[in-house]
Amino acid sequence: MEKLLRNKAISGWLMAAPLTLVLAFFLVLPIVLIVVVSFWRATEFSIIPAFVWENYEFLFGSSVTYQVFLNTFKYAAITWALTLVIGFTVAYFLAFHVRTQTWQIALFLLCTIPFWTSNIIRMISWIPFLGRNGIANSTLISWGVIDEPLEWLLFSDFAVILAFVHLYTLFMVVPIFNTMMRIDKSLIEAARDAGASGVQILWNVIIPLTKPGIMIGTIFVVTLVMGDFITVRFMSGSQSANVGRLISNDIALLAYPSAAATAVVLLLTVLIVIGILLRFVDIRREL
Amino acid sequence: MEPRSRSFYLLAIFFALFLLFLYGPTITIGILSFQGPGGGLTFPMRGTSLHWFRDLFEQQAVGDIWGSFGRSFLLGLMVMVTTVVVSVMGGLAFRKRFPGSTVLFYLIITSLVIPSILISLGVGLMFSQTGLDVHWSTSGFGSQLTWTLPFGLLIMFAVFNRFDKSYEEAARDLGASPWQTLRHVVLPIIAPSLIGVALFGFTLSYDEFARTLLTAGSYNTLPLEIFGMTTNVTTPVLYALGTLTTAFSLIMIGFFLCIAWWSARRKARTGSDAGKGLV
Repeated sequence: MEKLLRNKAISGWLMAAPLTLVLAFFLVLPIVLIVVVSFWRATEFSIIPAFVWENYEFLFGSSVTYQVFLNTFKYAAITWALTLVIGFTVAYFLAFHVRTQTWQIALFLLCTIPFWTSNIIRMISWIPFLGRNGIANSTLISWGVIDEPLEWLLFSDFAVILAFVHLYTLFMVVPIFNTMMRIDKSLIEAARDAGASGVQILWNVIIPLTKPGIMIGTIFVVTLVMGDFITVRFMSGSQSANVGRLISNDIALLAYPSAAATAVVLLLTVLIVIGILLRFVDIRREL
Repeated sequence: MEPRSRSFYLLAIFFALFLLFLYGPTITIGILSFQGPGGGLTFPMRGTSLHWFRDLFEQQAVGDIWGSFGRSFLLGLMVMVTTVVVSVMGGLAFRKRFPGSTVLFYLIITSLVIPSILISLGVGLMFSQTGLDVHWSTSGFGSQLTWTLPFGLLIMFAVFNRFDKSYEEAARDLGASPWQTLRHVVLPIIAPSLIGVALFGFTLSYDEFARTLLTAGSYNTLPLEIFGMTTNVTTPVLYALGTLTTAFSLIMIGFFLCIAWWSARRKARTGSDAGKGLV
């Protein structure tokens, strides 16, 4: 019996070996290296191995850092709230109001297809809508709502949030839809028989049972928004900053130790957030 | 069937608006990419033409987009094949609950949630500090795997959570070796979901930007090339390129979905070999 168990361990490890190797080389090693480099010293042209805290001292000593982190949390919170409301409503419609499975699959696929196309193109595609002479402005002017084109539509926080919602709502829809499909329909019938109204069923039955899906969606959206740098740069026209942009600016200046220090703080922040969220859901059970 | 409630119609309208929100912008640049030669980045259309698509074939207008397209396509295929093979092996390994599997599981989750720029920065540093050259087919390839593998594995976990073990037991009782059980029983059953893993592997790689930013080296992939264009190209040629690459993505998605549909049908038709006899 013991020999069998050992065999199982060995064969398990053998099959997990390629995965472990990839993650060791392209995930663990890079993280270790970032942590190491965050203690290095930088001159204008090169980086020098050292063990100094100056990168962190500079990071925590600058008021910009706190503003940028605050901004990052702001983006994450607003995007989270919007994607949750939209994603939940869409998933609820698909799971409980679309009656045939064929339609469910078809409409679900329609929601997921954009996820498999290019994010950058999807950002670019907002230009004709939000631009100074874009569709939104010309429509509003022709309706007489405004006289002058609105300047804050493109290249603003509004545009950043809009793009985040556009890109990431899907990450809410899929896990929430997945958990909703597993809710036993007889529970809802039982609630109705017991006299619950539609709102009561939604609030007291469906939402509690959908919580794991909501948590998984939250993990996706929060981490994607917090780690983003390209959406903020493109949609704000380089006018707003988040932590990702702070890192990418340092990289552009070849200030790798400083970038690494910021990256370590960002990673810790994200992991703490995820750690808290994972207390509410067992991912392995929900798959 | 009970009649549709009012909330159904409200939700249906909401859903339709959501789809419009999802697809509207892309359709708009699709239309605008047919601008006449004098047209700009927004409406109105100044005539219709294929002018901007023709521009895509001129080097001086757009740079090396066909070269980068070729690299992205090849890299997508490499990532796709690797993702499928490694995910299946990983999925099978996790069924055995080997010691250390929990650590590996949390590594996969970390790989999924880590900000992409950290991978880009870390892998870039790793290669430069060890004196290796970054190249899309080495460092870029590995960086993209940290994004596609978690998705592949999550799909495999979902598949194996629903897998009926009695099929394997039946095969074993009939004298099949572990390899035969895998080859003739397990793999055919999970084959349709492998198409899903392949779809994720290819499309996520083909569109990946952040993780290849510092790891692609001197030869750009297509998303990097497109992003470079956004800073200096202000003509609808950008839309023409966007339309073409989106169309390409849609063709690939359609291709994968067709295979999935076809294999599901085939499975339904020939799923049982009762009465045929195996020699």
